[in-house]
Amino acid sequence: MRYPVTLDVNGISYPVELEPGRSLLDALRYDVGLTGTKEGCDDSECGACMVLLDGRPLNSCSYLAVQAVGRAITTVEGLATDGELHPLQRNFLEEGGVQCGFCTPGMLISATALLRANASPTDDEVRLALGGNLCRCTGYGKIVSAVLRTAEELRTA
Amino acid sequence: MTGRTYAEPATLDEALRVLGELGPGAGVVAGGTDIVVGARSGKNPLPDALVAIHRLAELDSVAGGSSEPLRLGALVTHGSIEASPLLRERYSALADASALVGSPATRHVGTLGGNLCNASPAMEVGSPLLVYGASVELTSSGGSRTLAVEDFLLGPGKSARADGELLTGVSVPVLPERSGSAYVRLEYRRAMEIAVVGAAALVVLDGDGRCAEARIALTAVAPTCLRAGAAEASLAGSEPTTEALAEAARLSADAASPIDDVRAPADYRRAMVPVIVRRALESALARARGEER
Repeated sequence: MRYPVTLDVNGISYPVELEPGRSLLDALRYDVGLTGTKEGCDDSECGACMVLLDGRPLNSCSYLAVQAVGRAITTVEGLATDGELHPLQRNFLEEGGVQCGFCTPGMLISATALLRANASPTDDEVRLALGGNLCRCTGYGKIVSAVLRTAEELRTA
Repeated sequence: MTGRTYAEPATLDEALRVLGELGPGAGVVAGGTDIVVGARSGKNPLPDALVAIHRLAELDSVAGGSSEPLRLGALVTHGSIEASPLLRERYSALADASALVGSPATRHVGTLGGNLCNASPAMEVGSPLLVYGASVELTSSGGSRTLAVEDFLLGPGKSARADGELLTGVSVPVLPERSGSAYVRLEYRRAMEIAVVGAAALVVLDGDGRCAEARIALTAVAPTCLRAGAAEASLAGSEPTTEALAEAARLSADAASPIDDVRAPADYRRAMVPVIVRRALESALARARGEER
């Protein structure tokens, strides 16, 4: 049975028709058409599908899209404003925290949630906040330093 | 996939009515961190009739905990438990345990009720709730009943929840004044892990600093989380010396009946039980003495 509902993504309302078993990830990529959120494992192991639900991180591959109706969803496409990269995005690039880029949207989302909750995270707190996001390329070091650099930049802005 | 239905009740009464009408084929989903993950990984398909309960705000509350019993609603998330100053201070083992579940994303939507109903032998909050003597409230359209946690967790993936029942809350008795608790997990990584061995301990001191009572529960070494009675008895009324704690830790291995699985062989788990129990006892004792947060 398909249910006609609205998904609120990055502040925009998208009318969609959803089967109850459809994941939020599939709804975002195929029904809404935002492909920045990636499918890595499809069962919550890797974090490539990370989005924010009401400001907090969520593995969208393992969340029913229908349950996200009426809530605020943020994807990586919602981070830049007026075409200008978010400081996290800029620092990931400048620090070398992006190689293949597949984990990057999920990493940015988890880091965004962290910095909203904790403006002065320690190295350890950054690593724990990114604990649900796997990267096969970078060895995590430059991702962590990009997040720490962004935290400092936002504190002194 | 065709024909699956979805209901999203706004109140507990509506949820119970819908569950009663749908019968045994209905499945309850809150955060989905077991049910939806299991469906994606091919473990168990989603039920044909889904009842989502995430809107039942009345089940997402924490009450009492100081001079009255602690009452946790079933929809309280691991993230809320981890962050609660009250729970970290006074029900530390539970806060320790919830902080270890999955990743921040898991803890954001994963619930206390879901963790209990999933009834994994490796569930994190089982042993803390056992040492606290906690009970669960099960509600149907016909009324409510209360079960001790040890009577609710029946086996791997098996709970005493009946069709048409919702686990609506967890009740924890007031803890004695000079007490402390802790939960320690043996793991290979610090996140996205399942326990190799886990242990919860509650230590109650008397006015002279002797151990009036100790409670110990083990995780991931038996079909359910369970208490280690012989080990507990060895500490009751004794001086909590390093040797006494070590002896209790050694005795606690007798309660374990671990299996070989992908994470560890049984003999490794059995060898690690005393190590992890000792760490949990030492941390609980320090907290009982007010030495450690």
